[in-house]
Amino acid sequence: MSDVTPETTVRVAERVERLTAETSEGPQGLLERRATELNELGREVGAVLRGTGLALDPRDVDVERSDDETMIINMGPAHPSTHGVLRLMLELDGEYVLRTKPVIGYLHTGMEKTGETLSYVQGATNVTRMDYLSPISNELGFCTAVETLLGVELPPRAVWIRMMMAELNRVASHLVWMATNGMDLGSTSMMIYGFRERELILAFFEKTTGLRMNTNYVRPGGVAADLPDGWEDDVTVICDTILERTDEYDELLTGQPIFRGRMEGVAPISAEEAMALGVTGPILRSTGVAWDLRRTMPYLAYDQVDFDVIVGTYGDNFDRFAVRLNEIRESIRIVRQCVERMPRGDYRVQDAKVTPPPRARIDESMEALIHHFKLFTEGFQVPAGEVYTAIESPRGELGCYLVSDGSPHPFRMHVRAPSFVNLQAVPLMMRGGMVSDAITVISSVDPIMGEVDR
Amino acid sequence: MIPLPPTAPPGVACADALACDVACFPTPDGYVDLVRAWREDGFELCADLCGVDYLGHPGRDLPEGVVATRFEVVVNLLSLERRQRVRVRVQAGDREPRVASLFGVYPGTEAMEREAFDLVGILFDGHPDLTRILMPEDWEGHPLRKDYAVGRVPVQFKEAPGPR
Repeated sequence: MSDVTPETTVRVAERVERLTAETSEGPQGLLERRATELNELGREVGAVLRGTGLALDPRDVDVERSDDETMIINMGPAHPSTHGVLRLMLELDGEYVLRTKPVIGYLHTGMEKTGETLSYVQGATNVTRMDYLSPISNELGFCTAVETLLGVELPPRAVWIRMMMAELNRVASHLVWMATNGMDLGSTSMMIYGFRERELILAFFEKTTGLRMNTNYVRPGGVAADLPDGWEDDVTVICDTILERTDEYDELLTGQPIFRGRMEGVAPISAEEAMALGVTGPILRSTGVAWDLRRTMPYLAYDQVDFDVIVGTYGDNFDRFAVRLNEIRESIRIVRQCVERMPRGDYRVQDAKVTPPPRARIDESMEALIHHFKLFTEGFQVPAGEVYTAIESPRGELGCYLVSDGSPHPFRMHVRAPSFVNLQAVPLMMRGGMVSDAITVISSVDPIMGEVDR
Repeated sequence: MIPLPPTAPPGVACADALACDVACFPTPDGYVDLVRAWREDGFELCADLCGVDYLGHPGRDLPEGVVATRFEVVVNLLSLERRQRVRVRVQAGDREPRVASLFGVYPGTEAMEREAFDLVGILFDGHPDLTRILMPEDWEGHPLRKDYAVGRVPVQFKEAPGPR
């Protein structure tokens, strides 16, 4: 090309560099092959170690492949109404995905650091904002850890209220997943249905806790308030309606050829791969591993209720969909049993050191007033030690690692966010797939960026 | 309390732990070997890995023979088959905390180790891609360290002039 003047070439090169500098995340992002180390390259193509060796050896990766043949593109950060601020960098060969790297951190708000400055009483307000689709699970994970350190025994009603609310929350969370997944596949009716049904549950949350989301309902020592009058009827209506509607979703999606074509056999993951990557929740269950903490390591009163652990077979998108759809039904089963068997009694521990005294007592008792004041200014002290507790959130194992130094604040609070870990399976699921499937892969992992970035 | 796996390296101290079956304290050299031994013993899932900065902590309970350092890496392993949990706590050092990466044993620790590096500043030898994961690339300091004040930098955008 003799007619291109040297000046033009220089100007173009400058512009590309400036553009790269403005949008680049540096080494956090996906780099060209020649700038990437072998091990990192292996990670980006989804190499996973197995017991005996590598499923895909990084040394097999074609390092010599010219960067001119492939293209690195950004997917997202998309609109929060889809899947939060997740940005995926993909290396493409035409329509096919060669390498993937999730770039996260856009929603990082330093909640673990904030948690160290808040007292244990305030802590639930903080963690409830992590996974904004299942606030009750977050609070439950945190409060379980605090109560384990404290050695507090909960009254039965508190346990059953927590269980019922957690299951309702699981239904709401899976409904949003169905909705967003539908939207990703172009099924806008599913999108509207999912949010419509979720609203029923959120309305009940508002009635019970005062807030639709970020409820701060589960607190160390019990729950914030007793269930409102007539809650049985509300919950029964919710159960009946949603159970009926899940059959409609079945009709709308499960048998539909387009939906099946987009979901079946797309992005499969094996049980070994999932376990090596630490993946839990519906993704692990979709591979055929019946691992559900509610069943295998029961907490609350899950060992006293009757429900099935849903497992898939192939670990593909469709199995992940089917597992979540049927988990809605199982959660409804648990909620119904909670309505039937809800014990009477206190909804929180009557220990003035941990839970505030009833409002009426403050007017008549000096001691109650002092307890109330101390609890909400200083908080309660937790014995020194460290603990890791885990519960089954709608997305997998939600763990909370707490280190206490005996003061009213956690010394270190770390939350093991299930979608943060699950997101690591994305490069593996993407490998060899098409760009159009990338959308469904993100969707079926169900990452909640508030929890990923914390 | 469950016993150590047969292939565990020497010098591992054990203690009871809350909400898991055993907490073990390997030497930094025996850390990866111990985790590998647990994996061979049936702990197929690494549930969690995080770093803790113990600066200013009044003193923690450690078994005899374990020298407490400022930084600690805590690994929680899970056995699906045996339905048990174990915790591995390794003392990572004082000034420049550094341990070996678990990437070769559990590839799923990749993101968790990046997070521990990003927020606590622990270096992992042999990690494929030790870069910041939650904070911006040009961030200074490691926010979850105890000597990193809360709200030192109010808000930082990429192009905005900061107070630093």
